[in-house]
Amino acid sequence: MESVQAEQRRTDIGPPKYDQFLHPVIKKNYGKWKYHEIVKPGVLVHVSDTGDKIYTVRMGSPRLINVDTIRMVCDLADKYCEGYLRFTSRHNVEFLLADQSKIDPLINEIEANGYPVGGTGKSITNIVHTQGWVHCHTPATDASGIVKAVMDELYDYFKTMKLPAKLRIALACCLNMCGAVHCSDIAILGVHRRPPKILPNLNKICEIPTTVAACPTGAIAPAVVDGVQTVEVNEEKCMFCGNCYTMCPAMPLANSLNDGVSIWVGGKVSNARHAPMFSKLAIPYLPNNPPRWPEVVNAVKNIVEVYAKDAKKYERVGEWIERIGWPRFFSMTGIEFTKYHIDDYRFAATTFNTSTHFTL
Amino acid sequence: MANETKKTSTPLLDELEKGKWPSFVKEIKKMADKNPRAKDLLGQLEQSYKDKVTHWKHGGLVGVRGYGGGVIGRYSDSPDKFPNVAHFHTIRINQPSGWFYTSKALREICDVWEQHGSGLTNMHGSTGDLVLLGTSTDNLEPIFTKLTNKGWDLGGSGSVLRTPSCCAGPARCEFACYDTLNLTYDLTQAYQDVLHRPQFPYKWKFKMSGCPNDCVASVARADMSIIGIWKDDIQVDQEAVRAYAKSGVDVQSEICDLCPTKCMSWDGKDLKIVNKWCNKCMHCINAMPKALRPGKERGAAILIGAKAPILQGAQMSSVLVPFMKMEPPYKELKDLVEKIWDFWGEYGKNRERIGELIQRVGMGQFLEALEIEPKPQMVANPRTNPFIFYEEYFEEEGEQK
Repeated sequence: MESVQAEQRRTDIGPPKYDQFLHPVIKKNYGKWKYHEIVKPGVLVHVSDTGDKIYTVRMGSPRLINVDTIRMVCDLADKYCEGYLRFTSRHNVEFLLADQSKIDPLINEIEANGYPVGGTGKSITNIVHTQGWVHCHTPATDASGIVKAVMDELYDYFKTMKLPAKLRIALACCLNMCGAVHCSDIAILGVHRRPPKILPNLNKICEIPTTVAACPTGAIAPAVVDGVQTVEVNEEKCMFCGNCYTMCPAMPLANSLNDGVSIWVGGKVSNARHAPMFSKLAIPYLPNNPPRWPEVVNAVKNIVEVYAKDAKKYERVGEWIERIGWPRFFSMTGIEFTKYHIDDYRFAATTFNTSTHFTL
Repeated sequence: MANETKKTSTPLLDELEKGKWPSFVKEIKKMADKNPRAKDLLGQLEQSYKDKVTHWKHGGLVGVRGYGGGVIGRYSDSPDKFPNVAHFHTIRINQPSGWFYTSKALREICDVWEQHGSGLTNMHGSTGDLVLLGTSTDNLEPIFTKLTNKGWDLGGSGSVLRTPSCCAGPARCEFACYDTLNLTYDLTQAYQDVLHRPQFPYKWKFKMSGCPNDCVASVARADMSIIGIWKDDIQVDQEAVRAYAKSGVDVQSEICDLCPTKCMSWDGKDLKIVNKWCNKCMHCINAMPKALRPGKERGAAILIGAKAPILQGAQMSSVLVPFMKMEPPYKELKDLVEKIWDFWGEYGKNRERIGELIQRVGMGQFLEALEIEPKPQMVANPRTNPFIFYEEYFEEEGEQK
């Protein structure tokens, strides 16, 4: 009888209520937190008006994790945190401890399992990223592979807090940007560079008017080829956004010779000091070079190192570049400035320099 | 299932097992030893690393009965080679507010997923959902029934209300200016129908950040960004400011000089703040959390219209309501949301985000339709062009038209 009831189909129940997942110390001090401190890299303490404390130990994760890894994390939460834990908006795991003496034993076990502790304060925390070749139909590059290769190189920045300010990296594997990288200190963005192919069966799987309307630059026009209705692409007008492929599967853009990666810098979402900023183009194209994308890794590392050396305390990448100016950014990083850096889309003129405020 | 015994050769992916950062390849491989879906995922991914293109086909409609979202159809373009990922659909599970869990709850999800899917997950997806990566169509209903019986439900996909998400909020942050966890839970429950059944021109995202630090990037990513702020004075503990100074913080150069409104001064004893100049940037509070706290009269700013570049270019959200009290049952907010959804449903084109619709019709028209008064907080600056759509003019008495 009970098992029949247990299998009943229910809908629209929504997520479980959060309060059942809160550590007793958190429940008791909900809304009463007074201040926090970073005890050491990867460890926070939040202190309540009641005097209670909750400690947080932050663990890096590759985001794509299997059920056994989740169970390992659960075992640690049971052993050290009365079974309570959370995840961050950047894919880290956070263990919540009431007992300070358990912090170091927990860290030792996390690290013995091969996961790092860090990502707090003036560090580089986990890279927000997308699916890539693991699970997506539109990517111009892989996501997890580049993230792994870049984080291997920047590992020490995760474990320490030696940067001028926090530095947030994000990766999206095409212009759809389900990783919304457009406001990151450093953004890694997959790009297509060859106009879509038109498959011969287009008229069987796509609506031609919808396909034509999908193009923001009007590069797609109806056509008849060998008596069959299809479309043609004015290649000069194509800016490789991929919207046609989203609307019409018979117009694939993915191309092993031409797909690659672009690098963007200077975005932020927080309002601290400076208002939120978009990321701006630093490098228009680097090749897809799996399995470890050395060109991308070196480009990101170079920007991080030049920034780390030159920026003032609290300056995010965008604030630093605003102070030193784009000419110095390009000369200091050794990145070539090209015509691709100069905007030619909708609000292009608002990005031109109308002053004599520049360095020579 | 086929291919269960032979080990997959992955010379390229093996390179990504090296290095200190935890490896997603190791995660897949550990599952591949016991799960044929994970094994074929590994094989197909190696193929992509060789070919430098994806091997997933374009979409495909698939889901659970009565829902129009929550499952992303995914099919291999090489099902003969990798039969166990011929279907490899993603399931989005609506995460709890603030991503707080118990080990018991997570284990229950793991058990269902190990039995019915690849055993691989994303903790979490970009929008916030707990993502189960890869199963076949015939497993969707059993997974759905088992998970809902454990208290979980699907998240959003397609032209629906996408799964709302929020920061740690008052659960574990002293900066929270409203209860982000509660508002997220409340909105998610109130709008279950539009979350599961596509009724919008395109996607709609809510993100709740408790303070202007905006830890869930709402200003960049949400159609409606709800960002906690305060109205009154920053709370100052002068003794604690002096303690920071003593411990080596240069209050003049690190706090006062970096204040964007220059509303602070420090004489070595007291930190004075001209609060009417403060723009609530959070820098001083972030730098000295023991000494400074947001004021006591708290609420949120409502911003509207962020989106990624497709199609008219990326937009950040902009101010719609400079300050709103944020307390249950959130009636003022819900009235506003529903008015906006009505307007968007009426005038939005297929696949037009609200931010693009506002660009198209003009913010002024949008405000008028919502009966919201224009306020200087809404603009970075007033217009610089003189092309004003004046709506009225005088006529001479008895004038012939």
